[in-house]
This record gives sequence, structure tokens and C-alpha cells, in this order.
Amino acid sequence: MARMQRRTVADLGFDETIKNLSPDKIARTIRYVLEKEAAARLKAYVDTCIHCGLCNEACHFYVSYDRDPSYAPVAKVRQTIWDMIEKKGKVDPETVKTYARIGFTECNICRRCSMYCPFGIDIGYMMILVRRICGLLKVAPSYLQDQGYSHMYTYSQSWVAQDDWVDTVQFVEEELRMNIKNARIPLDKEGAEIMYSPHSLEAKFKTNLLANIAKIMNVARVDWTMPSFDGWDSTNQSMHLGDHETMGMVERMHFSAGFRLKVKKIVTSECGHSFRAAVYDGSRSLGWKEPPITYLQPTQLFFEFVRDGRIRIARKIEEPVTVQDPCSIVRNRGLGGMLRSVVKAACEDFREVDPCLEHNYCCAAGSGVINYGPPWKFLRMEGGRAKIRQLQATGAKIVIAPCHSCHKTIEEMIDYYKADMHVMFISELLVKTMEIPEDMRTPEGKGSDQ
Amino acid sequence: MNDVADWDWAPGDKCIADVADWKRRFPVVHEYTVTNDGEKIAAIVEQGNKAVTVCVNGELWPVVAERAWSLKFSPDNRLVCPMLREYEWSIVVDGSPWEETYDYVWNLTFSADGKSIAANIKKDNEFGICLNGRSWETRFTEARDVVVSPDGSRTASMVKVRRVATLDIFSFAEGVITVAVDGEAWERNFLSIWGMSFSSDSRMVAAGVNLDRLTYTVAINGVPWERTFSHIWEPLFKPGSYDVFAPVKIDGLWTLAMNGSPVWDNSFVQLWEHRFSPTTNEIAAVVAVQFGKWTVARDAVPWGKTFRDAVLAPVFSPDGKRVAAIVKEDDRYTIAVDGTAWNERFDMVWDPVFGPDGSRIAVKAERKGAYFIAVDGRPGRESYDYLWPPIFSPDGEKVLIRCIQGGKYYRRVRPVSDV
Amino acid sequence: MYEFLTSMELYTFLKGPMVWVAFSVFLSGSVYRVISLLKLARKDRVVYPYLNVKYSLRSLVHWLVPFGSRNMRLHPWVTVFAFAFHLGVIVTPILLYPHIALWHDAWGIRWWSLPEKIADFMTIVVLVCCAFFLLRRVFASEVRFVTFPSDYAIIAIVAAPFLTGFLAFHQVVDHYRLMVILHMAFGEVMLMAIPFTRLHHMFSFWLIRAHTGSEFGVFRHSRDY
Ligand code: SF4
Ligand code: SF4
Repeated sequence: MARMQRRTVADLGFDETIKNLSPDKIARTIRYVLEKEAAARLKAYVDTCIHCGLCNEACHFYVSYDRDPSYAPVAKVRQTIWDMIEKKGKVDPETVKTYARIGFTECNICRRCSMYCPFGIDIGYMMILVRRICGLLKVAPSYLQDQGYSHMYTYSQSWVAQDDWVDTVQFVEEELRMNIKNARIPLDKEGAEIMYSPHSLEAKFKTNLLANIAKIMNVARVDWTMPSFDGWDSTNQSMHLGDHETMGMVERMHFSAGFRLKVKKIVTSECGHSFRAAVYDGSRSLGWKEPPITYLQPTQLFFEFVRDGRIRIARKIEEPVTVQDPCSIVRNRGLGGMLRSVVKAACEDFREVDPCLEHNYCCAAGSGVINYGPPWKFLRMEGGRAKIRQLQATGAKIVIAPCHSCHKTIEEMIDYYKADMHVMFISELLVKTMEIPEDMRTPEGKGSDQ
Repeated sequence: MNDVADWDWAPGDKCIADVADWKRRFPVVHEYTVTNDGEKIAAIVEQGNKAVTVCVNGELWPVVAERAWSLKFSPDNRLVCPMLREYEWSIVVDGSPWEETYDYVWNLTFSADGKSIAANIKKDNEFGICLNGRSWETRFTEARDVVVSPDGSRTASMVKVRRVATLDIFSFAEGVITVAVDGEAWERNFLSIWGMSFSSDSRMVAAGVNLDRLTYTVAINGVPWERTFSHIWEPLFKPGSYDVFAPVKIDGLWTLAMNGSPVWDNSFVQLWEHRFSPTTNEIAAVVAVQFGKWTVARDAVPWGKTFRDAVLAPVFSPDGKRVAAIVKEDDRYTIAVDGTAWNERFDMVWDPVFGPDGSRIAVKAERKGAYFIAVDGRPGRESYDYLWPPIFSPDGEKVLIRCIQGGKYYRRVRPVSDV
Repeated sequence: MYEFLTSMELYTFLKGPMVWVAFSVFLSGSVYRVISLLKLARKDRVVYPYLNVKYSLRSLVHWLVPFGSRNMRLHPWVTVFAFAFHLGVIVTPILLYPHIALWHDAWGIRWWSLPEKIADFMTIVVLVCCAFFLLRRVFASEVRFVTFPSDYAIIAIVAAPFLTGFLAFHQVVDHYRLMVILHMAFGEVMLMAIPFTRLHHMFSFWLIRAHTGSEFGVFRHSRDY
């Protein structure tokens, strides 16, 4: 099987784990997933694909790696699913490692290719099957595997202890009061309208983001809450690991928290994958056709706030601004219009990117790739070339990216490619530009964080 | 005062507190909480920077803390609050703090009768549980969640038995998670735990455990069932027995298992929240009969009517004859009883409350921000700014309404017909 | 061998019973494939609940109209060749006078036929397109990377009846009957191959597009074209 050159990456999650694999276990697992779990879609896709290669242009990896054919979407299927089917799962552990490398590191399951294939073949779905197989065999990037284990115990991706979470919230509330008079972050408030569900990073290293959200919620006078108990974290790396069982446990915990607190809506963090996990993979795997509680990404919430005048923009950003359309919320949930609407409300000079909206390129960090740690950073940097070039072409100085993965990887690419721009979340943009009502201003903060 | 029969059931209104006045007295007032009998209302109030106390029926506790949260009335009407004073947390009960102090306290939990108070604690970076002022002797690298036994004498938590460095995926794969009861960890470790529960005599603990990928089962006092399943949800002891029931997944579909073997003869796309009848051997559970079609199944027989969004845990009437559950469709909530949904829809509805003879159901409901009581699907005449769930009098003729109206907290007793 | 290939017996066999066989294999095979796929889709659980007529049609229309999707605009040459090819492959045999004449002989039915020149031109177009696809497979690296021998076989299966038909019609090769026999044989092979090769995309196209179109419209709130 021809395969283009790849640089060798040492990752215990691949190199060590394959040592314990017996050919029998590999074959059983492959056949279990392909024959028992997968059904019509896999069959239709595999039997229909005419190997035309028209999906290649869709993939940012293909574009970024100078049209290397081994990065084309169909090439990924060829090197994984077709190979498994052809060999009836009888492959050696090294081959599983190759599958895992492709499934985990060379596809972001952005699903752009399904818009480019004349048949609408969903290659992302097949890559999820590859991840499922490798995940069941425990062959996965060690950083991702670690987060999967974290979900098994803490229902959060980064081992947040229960007391740490509550302590952080209380600390953020105290800090917030420097800026917003008598600001509150009510925990466990039954019957609140909105349950905000942060990314676990907001409870650990990025508490400033939680503070921003709390600030906006207070200024917009929202009846909101967060659970003090497990289920508060919206992340779900088990989904990326192909561990559907833990994914389901995490999402059930998450929605149970919403039902227990009797909220009308759950708002996730400015995050793509957690939104996808809740509305899509997680809900569906549990049997819900749509999420059982109205589930919003902050882009939707902020759009409503600005539209309804609950947030007023005091001073617009003057520098040129563009947006990153995160796949999970734009191509896969159509929030691109709302994103633009909020950004335009807060910025004077909006620059559209090309291609945009559902046709936008993935940032190359989606579906867990952002979390694979230093050994795999090159992959995002090089795979994201199409992305950064696209952003640079707008001439913008600020990129608004309402997704943790997009945000972090673009920030790193800016450094890597020496681009003259920086990235912001929408919440950061709003905190910078919104008006703090008279009665909330404090002598210290004067209602502004600048 | 814990016995419902002893409460004041004379029809009429009693204004307990002027809570609007609290908002004038204190710059910040947290969420209100009330006793079951409705005689008291309390809230954490902040008098100034890091000067936090508790206000109950307008009176302040003598303790002032830097932080306070999770204020709750126990079922026996004691007011309990974890408070931080001088950088140490303790639990304050009716204004007097426990002697033990902790680095943190959370998951405040009561036994059913309210006699026991338990919470997760952290002290010197070790985790455990405190029960009625005394914490576990053995502490762990980490502990999450608290379950209190029915008699209030024992507690269980989900613990991590040894420290595992981040990225040490191989140690975790061996299993470092288990259940600890009264500070004693089970001998066997697992990958994950789902749902811990005590038997009704408080002697046994069951939990859903994960042995490996697609290898889930139930462990009782640490000993797993022989048979494993591709997935599992929370196990529960049948009251008065050691029989453990849990939803299990076999060949992609869910069914109910008892002591390791399936006992329901049909299976579902989803099955969880199984509940035991108080009088018979019947079990009701939430099921999805097809993808996106939810309902309640009684002894494996689903209701004819299904609901699109969700169905919440079923509730048996005290006589075990009827089953009701919150159902949600098109983003509106209502109650379904024995397969028939009320015609009225609400923006939110709380758990159904059966009258003592099971003939009536009252709920707290909300529409467009206004709260009201609905009885048997008929919304009450009055609406409130805030409301707690209704409680029936022992004869089933009257309803206790705990409500806030016009800035005042009232305790009202009304004949059911006059709600 | 040559004698057999040019024999009258073979000729009548291919023109008579074998046509029946080919059509029944084609029809029953296709029906079987489609029905078994539709049945299997129930096991997938998430296919039927989201199906939606409006979005299925939206998707189909954008992919059936030339340049109706972004990818078609990105690959103008492929788009032109692909549309010309599919038009030729489907329309030419149906509207070809000699074919209609056979239908008329056998069943007494007839319909409008293409003028000879146009039919001839369309046959050439199909063959040119086949050559284009072949060259693309050989020279475009991204296509070569996913090309299997079976892909060449499929091109051959499709090209053969057109090539032989063209040769027979123009009587380029000496033995007319040989060409007709080969033409009929290849045509029947192609017909029978449809349900059992990737050629059955002529049916699955509609099903997959309906699913993807609905998924994008109903759930993803965005466009798949
Ligand atoms: S990264 Fe996106 S475009 Fe590339 S193969 Fe995966 S789903 Fe398709
Ligand atoms: S565009 Fe579609 S049919 Fe063509 S190679 Fe890609 S997946 Fe296969």
C-alpha cells in the first residue's frame, strides 16, 4: 500500500500500546465495529465511492501539504477502512498504528469533504469509525487518552477536582466584583433560565475566560447558574477517542445537571467540540434526536444579547477584524451569520474571509488534535497553512474565533508564521467593547477592564 | 416537626418574612431556601466585602464568614451551611459551626430523615467525607460525590486510590478508581464508576463499574457480577432485598438486568432511571422505544404514547398503582400519568407530587416567568413570583403552598379545590 | 474461436435470451441492492429520523445542475466532462434508433430517437470522456493514489459497448456481425455489472445525497453544495 512519507513521531499512546495487541484482538475489534456497529452508511459509502478524488480540494491538509495525494480525504479512507475491509481485519499492530495516525492526526472530522464529494459521502464518519476501532484497542495519542481517562473519573477533560471547580468559581466571583458591583455567579440555582457550562480550561488555566462570561451574564442581567457538581464541564474528549460509552456518560451527566437545575437552556463555552458532543454525537448516541434541553453556543447567546439590546456596544473596535468559522458551529450548525452579526456590531472594519461560512477551512486542530501535546504541534502548524494564509489575505489584525481549538491553534500559527494579528473570543470582544450600566460600575474598575 | 401530620394544616395564609426588605438591608442576597413545613425561609446575605452570614426569617446568624454557599434546610428543618472563616471551612448548623475544619467542603447531603449531614471534604490535600461533624479516618488522593445510607450511619464516595501523574495512561488503564465506604476502599479498582447506592438495610453498596472497553458490569461491595455488558447505567437495590437491578446494554440495545441476568424480555434504544413500586414488585423506567421516541415502561411494557424531547424519572403513587413523569416535547414540559399527558403545557414543571391516596397530582409549574401550582393538569388561579413544590396534607384534602408574592414569603394552606 | 464469435447462434442468443437475462439481472440486482441498503439504514438509527424531502431535493438539484455546487466550479473541466459523459451514457442508448427498433420488434413500442449525427457525436463524447477519466486516473496523482485495477475495469466496461457500437455502426471493422455481437455482449455485461460494481452509484447517488442533504439542511443548518 503506497503511502507518502511522514515524519516519525514518538508517542507512547501509539508506540507502547500496540505492543499488547494480538492479531486476533485486532481482527475481532475491526469486525465488531465494521460489522456490528456500522451499517448502511459505511456500506453505501464504500460501495459508492468511485475513487474520483474530487473531494481532495476540500481538505485543508491536502491543500496545506502542497496537494500531497496521501492527505486527500478519499486517500485516508483508502489507507484505513478499505484496507481493513480488504484484509478482513487481519492486520498487524504496525498497521493499526498507521490507521490510528491517519484517523487521529490527519483528519479533523471537519466534514468539509462531504460538501465536496458529488455523492455527499461522509468521510468524517468513516474516520470516526477508524478512531472507534483504534480507541477500543487503546491505540491513541497519549494526551488524548489521558483526557479520556480524566472524563472517566471527573467527567471533565483535565482532572479538575470537585473542590477546585467550586473554589475557582468563588474566586472568580470575588475578582469580578472589582469591576462589576455586587456581581454574582450563582451556583446550583434551581429554575435559572440558563446553565452556563464552561470548558475545563476555564476552571484551571483560563479563569479569565470564565470571568468574561460572568461579566457578560451580569451586564446582560441574565438569570443564570452553573452546577457545583459534576456535569458542569462541557468538554468531551472521549468523543474524539471513539469511546462512545464514556462520551455517553459525560453527556448524560451534563444534561442531567441541566434537568436537575431546571434550566431552560444550556450554554456551552466558546468551544466547538463540546457543542458538537452535546448536540450531535452525544445526544444521538443516547437516543435523543435533538439535545433534550435547548443547547446554545455562546455565539447564539451573544447574538441575542446584542440584537435585544441587553448588551450595548460602547466603543467599537477600529482595527480590521475577520472571523474564523469553527466547523462544529458553522458548517455543522449554521451559526456563521450570527457570528458575523455580533462581530459587525462591535467592530468598525469587518473583513470577510474567502472561502467563508460552511466552506471555510478547518483550523487543523479540531476533533481533539489541539490536545495532542508538543510532539504533534507541527501537524497543526503545517496542516493549518491553508487557514493562516486565508486569514492573512483579509488584511485583518484581529481574528474572532469562538472556539477553544481554533483560538489556540491560530494564536500559535500566528507565532509560527510570523503573522501580524491576534485572536480573540467573542466574549473578549464584548468585554472590551460593551457598556457597563451605571449601577454596576465600581470605583476601582470604572466598569472597564482597560 | 418532621412529621407532616404535625404541621399546621389550618387553612389560611401566614406571612413569614418580608424578603424584599432583605434586599434593602443587604447589598447582596443569595438564593432563598425554605423548610419543608414552610415555616422558615433563609438566604445567605452579604453585608459587605467578605462579610457573609445567613438570614433566616429576617434574623441573622451570629457567625460572619468570608464565604458561604450551598445553604440548605435538612429534611428535619435544620439550617446547614458550609462557611469559610479565617481561611478554613466548616459546616455551620443552625448558626453553630462544627469543630472540624477543612480546606474545602462540598456536596452537602442529608440522610432521608435529615438526622445525618454529610459532605465531601478536603484536608491537607487529602479527600474524604465528613458525617455529622466527624470525617473519615482514611483519606484519599481524591474523592468525588457523597452517598448517605438510608439509616444515615454510613457514607460512600468514588475515590482515586493512588496518585497517577498526568499522561501516565498505563497506570490509569490498570484502574485506580473505586468506591470507598466509611473510608474503606473496595479491594478491586476500576476504570470508572457510574452510580453508587446502598441497600435499604444500609449494609451493601452497589455501583456500575467499568473493567475495560465495552466491559461494564455492577460491583456489589466490590465484587463484580460475572457477566459483563457493553455498557451499564446506575444499579439500584430493590427495597428490602439484596437484589440489584441495573440497565445493561447487550448487542446495541438496553434492557434491565437483575443480579447479572436480563429480566426484561424486551430491549430498547435507551433505558435508565428505573424506579421501584412502593407496594409491589413492579419497576418503571424511562425508555426510548425508538430513536428520539421516549416514554415510560412498566415492567418492560412501554406506554403507547411517546415523547420527542425527553422523559424524566418516573414517580410511583404511594399506593403503587399510578406512575407519573415529567415529559417534554417541542421544548414544552408537562406531566404524563399512566401514558396520558396533561393538555396544559408549561415552560418548566417540577416533579409530580402525588396525594396520599394517589388520586391527585400537584406540581409546581412555570410559564413566562410566573409560577403556579397545577393540580391534575389544571393550573391554579394564582401566580407567584417564586414558589416551592406543593405538599399534600396527610388527608389529601389540603395543599401547602410555599410562595413569594409581592416581595413577601407566605406559607399558605389551601383546600385542593381552591388552589 | 473467431467462428464462434461471428456465429449466427451467438448472435441470436445475445439478441434474444441474453437480453432477458441481462435486464433481469440488472433490474433484480438493483432492486435487491437498493432494498437491502434501505433496510440496513434502519440499523443505523440516525438516517431515517432526519430525512427531509425539501433538503433532499435541494441537495439533488444543486448536484444535478452543472456548476450548481462550489466543487463543480472549482473543477470546471471535470464538471464538463462528467456531465457530458453521464448525459451520453444514459441518453444515447435509450434514444438510439437501432435500439428503439429492437424494442419495437420485440414489444411493439417505440419512442422518439436521436438524429443519427447527434447520436454519433454523443457516442464520441462518451468515448472521449472515458479517455479523459482514464488519463486522469493515470496522470493526476490524487486520483492515481486511490486507483485500483477495478477502476480501469469499470472504465473499460462502460467504454466497450460504446466503442464497439461506434465501430459496428461505421462498419470500420470488416466483420460487421462480429462487432455487433461484441457490442451486444459488452452492453449486456455493463448492464449486469451495474448492481454489483461501483456503477450502482446510479442508484445510491440519490440515497446518499438525500441523507447528506437532509443532514445538512435539517440538522447542520447549512448547505452541502
Ligand atoms: S479533515 Fe475534514 S476535509 Fe479532511 S478528510 Fe477529514 S473531514 Fe474531510
Ligand atoms: S469525491 Fe466522493 S466519490 Fe470521489 S473519491 Fe471522494 S469520496 Fe469518493
